[in-house]
Amino acid sequence: MAKILAVDDSASMRQMVSFTLQGAGYDVIEASDGQEALDKAKGGPVDLVLSDVNMPVMDGISLIKNLRQLPDYKYTPILMLTTESATGKKSEGKAAGATGWIVKPFNPDQLLNTIKKVLG
Amino acid sequence: MSIDLSQFHQIFYEESYEGLDSMESCLLDIDCSNVDMESINTIFRAAHSIKGSSGTFGFKEVAAFTHVLETLLDQIRDGSRDIEPDHVDLFLQSVDCLRNMLAQLQAEEPVSTEQSNELIDAFNSILDGSANSESAGQSECVKSELENAGSSAETSSVASDEEGGESIWQIHFVPDENMLRTGNEPLRMFRELRELGTLTVTALVDRIPEFEGIHPEECCMGWDLLLDSKAPKSTIDEIFEWVVDDAELTISEVAGLFDTSVSVEGVGNVDSENDVNAASESITDQEPIQNVDVVASEGKKNTPQLPQKTPEATSIRVGTDKIDSLVNLVGELVITQSMLGQMGEEFTMDKLARLQEGLAQLEHNTRDLQESVMRIRMLPISFSFSRFPRMVRDLSRQLDKKVELVLVGEQTELDKTVMEKIGDPLVHLVRNSLDHGLEVPAERIAAGKSETGTITLNASHQGGNIIIEITDDGAGLNKERIRKKAVENGLIGEKDILTDEQVNDLIFRPGFSTADEVTDVSGRGVGMDVVRRNIQELNGTIEVSSEEGKGSVFTIRLPLTLAILDGQLISLGEQKYIIPLVSIVESLQPNAEDVNHVAGGCDVFKLREDYIPIVKLWEILGVEPSTKELSESLLVVVDAGADKVALVVDDLLGQQQVVIKSMESNYKKVEGISGATILGDGTVSLILDISDMVRMAGAYHQSSKVVSINGRHRAA
Repeated sequence: MAKILAVDDSASMRQMVSFTLQGAGYDVIEASDGQEALDKAKGGPVDLVLSDVNMPVMDGISLIKNLRQLPDYKYTPILMLTTESATGKKSEGKAAGATGWIVKPFNPDQLLNTIKKVLG
Repeated sequence: MSIDLSQFHQIFYEESYEGLDSMESCLLDIDCSNVDMESINTIFRAAHSIKGSSGTFGFKEVAAFTHVLETLLDQIRDGSRDIEPDHVDLFLQSVDCLRNMLAQLQAEEPVSTEQSNELIDAFNSILDGSANSESAGQSECVKSELENAGSSAETSSVASDEEGGESIWQIHFVPDENMLRTGNEPLRMFRELRELGTLTVTALVDRIPEFEGIHPEECCMGWDLLLDSKAPKSTIDEIFEWVVDDAELTISEVAGLFDTSVSVEGVGNVDSENDVNAASESITDQEPIQNVDVVASEGKKNTPQLPQKTPEATSIRVGTDKIDSLVNLVGELVITQSMLGQMGEEFTMDKLARLQEGLAQLEHNTRDLQESVMRIRMLPISFSFSRFPRMVRDLSRQLDKKVELVLVGEQTELDKTVMEKIGDPLVHLVRNSLDHGLEVPAERIAAGKSETGTITLNASHQGGNIIIEITDDGAGLNKERIRKKAVENGLIGEKDILTDEQVNDLIFRPGFSTADEVTDVSGRGVGMDVVRRNIQELNGTIEVSSEEGKGSVFTIRLPLTLAILDGQLISLGEQKYIIPLVSIVESLQPNAEDVNHVAGGCDVFKLREDYIPIVKLWEILGVEPSTKELSESLLVVVDAGADKVALVVDDLLGQQQVVIKSMESNYKKVEGISGATILGDGTVSLILDISDMVRMAGAYHQSSKVVSINGRHRAA
């Protein structure tokens, strides 16, 4: 089953996301900031990355930029989880190489639908 | 698939409180003239996280409120606005407000939005102040946030209403060559479109270069698509949402049936907007002045209300190092066990030494394991101390005093339950030191001290105890006043001779403080008896030492945990009981001439200058002692709250650490017994609740028409 890297500094969001994804049969790797995610990403490829934007240590935008430098992650879909409805963060993420975004707040069904679409 | 989001609420509360704590401590550290961007970032991130999660978990009031907070913080963060002291105050109030909201949510009470709405107004007026053009948008923004949070379910139902008429959509899609580099895959979009209806795809290959010119990472194709579907345009737009900015995309309806639900959608929108307006009007209509109340009311209201309001948390976060050490110890235990097991299978007497060694090892492992498990419940006392910087700041402003708060030993660890219960007494003591102990700047200067007073909170370990000292360099206890007050209240006689310590100790006596004393700022003694009682309930003690003009030191001594107790084993007839060691002052064999019978049936014992009531444990516990002759028994003098009493026991056995088993959870609450334990020989022994015991002895004597022993006895 597809492996998903879920990155969020908020433990409750992380739990909610991984519980939802695991319930749908995905393998989930969790990380609580960009740096941890990058380290875990280097451990082997995943099928999809879900990342929060505002995080300590390394934020989501830098994470995406860094991931795109890795050969394994050149085309991996990366979705940003963002509360910014403003276009600023979206275009920043896009420039960094994000595939798309999911706007917070979202509910588990919305999350699953979006992911199913991306992973096909 | 539907998922119950409430299972994540507890962790949401925990992380939100944590976020608020770090927000608060950063806010307290902010120096407006020299702003540290990292702390602004931390504050922003905390607000941002709370907003994101609260929205997800459906707490729309919290989400709407943090949204405004975040807007202002964002402006400060990106440098378009400087932070001002007023902002800090407002943010701090917001932290309080959010704590209250979270506490209400946690208690499953309705969330009051009065305070948050006022703060939202205050934030909006700051935000409006600079950006006039935005001003209309800001409050709209808040409202729409509320609306969004509230009606996401509604909008989705509207969307499904829209379906109905079948249309044929023509889509022309020529993506940017870089599309693949962002992980977007055209096939995915086509698959999605196909789910909506019948899809016909025509590839546009005119952009594809000669073979040598092909770059595998670039997308040179385009597509014309025909979609036969009932889906509304918004659904199709959504599929292209992530690529629309970087592609040539036209979506046009080439054929279709009339769709009547469009007008329904319009009506629905207008309605919900009206609702929101009406709702926000009714909010502003309500009586406005919560804010003023907060500032003017007694400090009590200003102190963080979190600890009293939240139910005791049932989960605990443990550092992974503690878990690791536990796993390690269990591993060692298993090894020892298998070693002993092996030895048992083919035991011969010559292996006795090795057996003893193995048993010693087992004991060692068990003790380590016990300590390790205890450590899991241990938290650094900084959890409790962290509320004080804020409290001292607010209180010193309110009282016009200059105070520096020094925290020492914040990493000292303490059992979680003890920590929760010591919070209130500590708050009380610090408030007292600030309110009554420290002088106003003018007085301090007159007394030759520096204008700024110092309050120090110092935590440290001492044996199996934790010591917390609250030190102030204020005026100290006024012994004359205390004496006078105590005489007025009938606690001591006018001619009683008391040592300095005894005078100081009077402030902990019930009945020392009176109703009008509470508002009297010049003397100590506001509810100190309650503080002492709370601490005694934790098997702890509190003492004060003070020097007039120099300041006072309150010393609290607490056991590290409530699960284990240092006990004195005593025997009474056939039975063995445990007396908590902490309450024992001394034990002695009485001389017959020191025992006096007071009119009414109660015996007193002359211990040096004091007369101490004698409590015959056998009467209360209903056991037959080995002797009723006082001179053949032993007296254990215990400190029971305000008074010392002497318990009559047959014999003192050993001192030992006992693991407390709750009576309530295994049987029921028994008066005079605080718990039970299992002794080394397997027998059960009851642990005496000393203050209960004394109260019962009082009742026992009263019921036999005798004066209460629970007062102060003087040689009359």
